[in-house]
Amino acid sequence: MAERITLTFTLNGKPQTLAVHPMTRLLDMLREDLGLTGTKEGCGEGECGACAVLLDGRVVNSCLIPALQVEGCDLVTIEGLATASGLHPVQAALLAHNGAQCGFCSPGMAISAADLLRRCPNPNHGDVKDALSGNLCRCTGYTKIVEAVQAAARSEA
Amino acid sequence: MRGFLPAMELQRPASLSEALQMLAAHTGRPFAGGTDLMVVYNAGKLRETRFLDIARLPELQGIRETPEYLDLGALCTFTELLAHPAIHRHFPNLVKSAKATGALAIQNRGTLGGNIANASPAADTPPCLLAYGAELELVSPRGTRVVPYELFHQGYKVMDLAADELVTRIRVPKPSGTSVHYFRKVGTRQAQAIAKLSLALVAQVADGCVANLRIGLGAVAPAPVRACHAEAVLQGQPLANLPVAVALEALLADMSPIDDIRSTAHYRSIVTRNLLAQALRTLSATGN
Repeated sequence: MAERITLTFTLNGKPQTLAVHPMTRLLDMLREDLGLTGTKEGCGEGECGACAVLLDGRVVNSCLIPALQVEGCDLVTIEGLATASGLHPVQAALLAHNGAQCGFCSPGMAISAADLLRRCPNPNHGDVKDALSGNLCRCTGYTKIVEAVQAAARSEA
Repeated sequence: MRGFLPAMELQRPASLSEALQMLAAHTGRPFAGGTDLMVVYNAGKLRETRFLDIARLPELQGIRETPEYLDLGALCTFTELLAHPAIHRHFPNLVKSAKATGALAIQNRGTLGGNIANASPAADTPPCLLAYGAELELVSPRGTRVVPYELFHQGYKVMDLAADELVTRIRVPKPSGTSVHYFRKVGTRQAQAIAKLSLALVAQVADGCVANLRIGLGAVAPAPVRACHAEAVLQGQPLANLPVAVALEALLADMSPIDDIRSTAHYRSIVTRNLLAQALRTLSATGN
């Protein structure tokens, strides 16, 4: 039997220590052990992007990451995107441009879009489509989401 | 639907030598980016319960360039490949196939070594590695050996890889002189689709003729395969008059496509030949 391990990492800017089984999915650790339910489970096989988080500054699918691999890492979830001064520009733009309908994909979309704007502050339409190609939305048809990300880029630029 | 969590072990060896000792003692199966294994785990279909997290072993990291080849750590992610200028300069097919693997979140975690050792016939980079004539460095407590990648896959998920061996590095020789590179993957959409089929071709041309040519095929055989019959037809032939019809006929002997959830044997057979025809048009055009 595998023992629980004591995991130490940074979660949304704050140090975090947690006892978990090493093969606990990062997604379950967030939602069940830490109560951070903004990160969603869609497909559970790395195809839909609903569970996207930033691990050491890179977009990853939290359903595909075992807890052990988070040791020592810097983790940002959708709960960590907004700051005390307000929503992240991507979140504000998704709101302003009706970039969500049911909202289930929105946390993953916001994480992927925030990552894009950090890497590429002035993305063209193709850059946005590429960055969001691992995030599926079954409601919007994507048009308003792409418009929102481009609007967020313009306000940041 | 997942396994019983306390029964699942994931240990992190502190060094390559410790990892090799643990492998030899059957302590667990190697676990790197997890983008394939976790899918099976999440579906409740993972038979093994003990794994070794090799993702941070320094010996398996990094890209080293020599005048003759690139030496890629097995733990190089697709994102790391895409960020390296020498990959873009010398191996455009690796760029295309890494971009065609999943989407960004998968490219950030999935590794080249994992793509090889997971041994899916539909993986995107292996046909390119076959066409580039890659070699694998395999390390075990017994020593190091180098295996031509074209001899590594021996059947469906059967590899020339002992239980105590790790794929540590992948060496890819730089094509010399004038070379033509073609890769195309056919899937249901550009991102996140597993290939229905794929074809990679690399040809070196000299004096208006094919000097050396290799073709790698994906998802049309139990493992990634070289198209040796089609290659034999094309070697040495003049670019202005390639025996296209004969090569397309020969390609049939290189494939054993099946019907499955992603496509049919009929479709795979026709479209793989269409891709070769397109690749040969590209090749002919370089002679003009």
